[in-house]
Amino acid sequence: MEDMLLYDRIQFAFTVTFHYLFPQLTMGLSLIIVIFKWKFLRTKVEKYNDAAKFWMKIFGLNFAMGVITGIPMEFQFGTNWAKFSELTGGIIGQTLAMEGMFSFFLESSFLGLFLFGEKLLGQKLHFLTGLLVFIGSWASGYLIIATHSWMQNPVGYEILTNGEYVLKNFGALFSNPWVWPSYLHNQFASIVTSSMVVSGIGAFYLLSKKNVEMGQMYVKYGVIFGLTSSILVAFPTGDWTAKNVVKYQPVTFAAMEGIFETEDGGSEIILIGQPNTAEKRLDNKIAVPNILSFLTYQNWDAEIKGLNEFDEDLYPTNIPGLYYGYHIMVGLGTIFIGIFSLAAFLLFRKKLFDSKWLMWVLLLVIPFPYIANTAGWYTAELGRQPWLVYNLLRTEEGISPTVSSGNTLFTLLGFIGLYLLVGMLFLLLVGKIVNGATTKKHE
Amino acid sequence: MIMELFWYIILAIMLIGYVILDGYDFGAGIIHLFLAKDEKDKKAITKSIGPFWDANEVWLIAAGGVLFFAFPKLYASSFSGFYLPLILVLWMLIFRAIGLELRGQVNNEMWKNFWDRAFGIASLLLALFFGTALGNVVRGVNLGGVENGESLYEPLYFFLPLWNEEFSPLSVHLGVIDWFTLLIGVIAVVALTIHGGNWVVLKTSSSINDKIKSLNFKLNFVLLILILTSFGVWHLVDPDPFRNFIAQPILWIFPILALTGIIGMFKVRSFNKEGYGFIFSSLFLAGALASSAISIFPNLLPSTNNVNPSLTIYNVSADFYGLNVGSYWYIIAAVLVAIYLIVQYRIFRGKLDHNDYGEH
Repeated sequence: MEDMLLYDRIQFAFTVTFHYLFPQLTMGLSLIIVIFKWKFLRTKVEKYNDAAKFWMKIFGLNFAMGVITGIPMEFQFGTNWAKFSELTGGIIGQTLAMEGMFSFFLESSFLGLFLFGEKLLGQKLHFLTGLLVFIGSWASGYLIIATHSWMQNPVGYEILTNGEYVLKNFGALFSNPWVWPSYLHNQFASIVTSSMVVSGIGAFYLLSKKNVEMGQMYVKYGVIFGLTSSILVAFPTGDWTAKNVVKYQPVTFAAMEGIFETEDGGSEIILIGQPNTAEKRLDNKIAVPNILSFLTYQNWDAEIKGLNEFDEDLYPTNIPGLYYGYHIMVGLGTIFIGIFSLAAFLLFRKKLFDSKWLMWVLLLVIPFPYIANTAGWYTAELGRQPWLVYNLLRTEEGISPTVSSGNTLFTLLGFIGLYLLVGMLFLLLVGKIVNGATTKKHE
Repeated sequence: MIMELFWYIILAIMLIGYVILDGYDFGAGIIHLFLAKDEKDKKAITKSIGPFWDANEVWLIAAGGVLFFAFPKLYASSFSGFYLPLILVLWMLIFRAIGLELRGQVNNEMWKNFWDRAFGIASLLLALFFGTALGNVVRGVNLGGVENGESLYEPLYFFLPLWNEEFSPLSVHLGVIDWFTLLIGVIAVVALTIHGGNWVVLKTSSSINDKIKSLNFKLNFVLLILILTSFGVWHLVDPDPFRNFIAQPILWIFPILALTGIIGMFKVRSFNKEGYGFIFSSLFLAGALASSAISIFPNLLPSTNNVNPSLTIYNVSADFYGLNVGSYWYIIAAVLVAIYLIVQYRIFRGKLDHNDYGEH
């Protein structure tokens, strides 16, 4: 039974982590492409259309990956988490079914037209199909975040005597205070990823002295979108999200900040340190006094509850993982603001494209927004543990009662093998698209 | 009560829509595997489904979503009980999609041939699996895992291995694949091959169209024989399949539709309009699936033991409020989906193999 829970959790974590590498690019990138296309429609300058066309190729490949790795997510609710589906399907099924009906049909009907239909449709309709794909992908994100928010902070439900959850208020699923902060935080983080990919590939062209005109444009737009979005991820949306955690999941907040003991006269903010859960303290810590209290409550002396105030039964199951997820996300997010600020400053001074070392930084930083996004999601999901539905349904109560651990391990290994293959093919093809564009001369 | 019936009909329509739509691209994949010899034929076939297959697959996801929220207990029971076959379906869907997406990305014969085979074989296996799944739903499963009159699990749950030694729908130990479900699976493969062939004939002016028509003519005989065989053994797994038709004679319209479809399909070589074949195979699929659904109604998953009751639309459904509120947003969404479909099929009307759309 223990093995079973472990395999189920690893399989879901693995498949969803891999899946989200793709939508986090496509959601932000669809916005950037629509903006390029819009600029082309307004200015008639051909290079904006070429930019849109180039990024559509990357988008198309990522979108396909997102779709094929997304179907297993829906299926796994039933295959691996049957008890959870049985009890809460009447509620989370609403938002998931809406995603299929409202987003997937929209995206899939217009994606092909958007990718290949430019000649067939003419420029204005082509822009419209891009806009519809953008709307579809952002609606999909919204409905998933609404589902996620219900699990983090259940609202609008009633529990029957047989343990089944029934929906009492449909509107509450969307007015849940957890929804909008998480959604905006997540969407800006997605724009950070796509900005970094756009500026990083632009930097690659500048460094390899090919396709320079387009490279400069990608760097310029990547930096502008990147600076805007990396600031908005932290403030106000990251701040709102953290305040939700303090309010609704105080034990999670204590664990992710590494606060083992409540401090009198305000809590310090931990910059560096390793949680030692056996001795309930932080090793090798570097901290600044009172900052956390100020950030959380705008009051230097406000009390923040440490883990010591809670029953151990309620502790997140993986405190170090949660702590690291949170600190990696925040640390990287801060570094991104720094990089983009510097790049924007040099762009303003018209020195950016000549700054070779900064081009290298922009190129090499491409993997890091993926790490930051993943770490952020691990913070949210490890923070929800030991619950599937916060404070109501524990994770071990949600697994399928009849599937054996041998079957789950088999499918887990299969997914790992298959996704390794898919991931390698993906990288190969992205490399081919990016490198192929360098040889094409732009007129 | 009315809400359960409403969602049951919606679910049936969505699954039938899925089989007709994704069915033609599975069938096109099977034709691609066996009949397409040169690059021109292969291109014609992949182009005929190029703008559509992705959207067709959404019907499965959306039907899954509806099943999840309207009948959550069935979703939980059947998805965990059919664990391995469902995960295999996922892997096949992934293989099929990467085959289609990647074949054109690298200009190399070996690369293309490999992904062509992946696409064709995955299409064939998916048709077989979905047919087998229908067989399982008709036959039922050992709900609660009853052994010697005792339930091993809660009454809702079961678990089926892919197969076991007896390979029989009548044995105590059932498997996903037995001679009955396999028969239904083979029927699905043959029916969808015909259906996919009709689609290719409709949407291309490829040189293999004549070959497809004569293959379809022969396959119709095979299909008819297989269906008659399945009728011969049907009563062994479902003793009273006509009860709902006798109670509501109007429902005979669905078997009649299926029969019309199959008769029409025999005239495949003499149609002056190429769309007729596709219309008749669609009629057959819709009629046959609707008849199967009616024959087990109100069951969604019959129980093969006397200890635990069958899962019906009434004992696995969500609460009234949820079903009711869902019907409002669903109707709005369904209207939008209809608009998208009209736009999509109007833009891509006519033959597609000389269209430069879909070239990477």
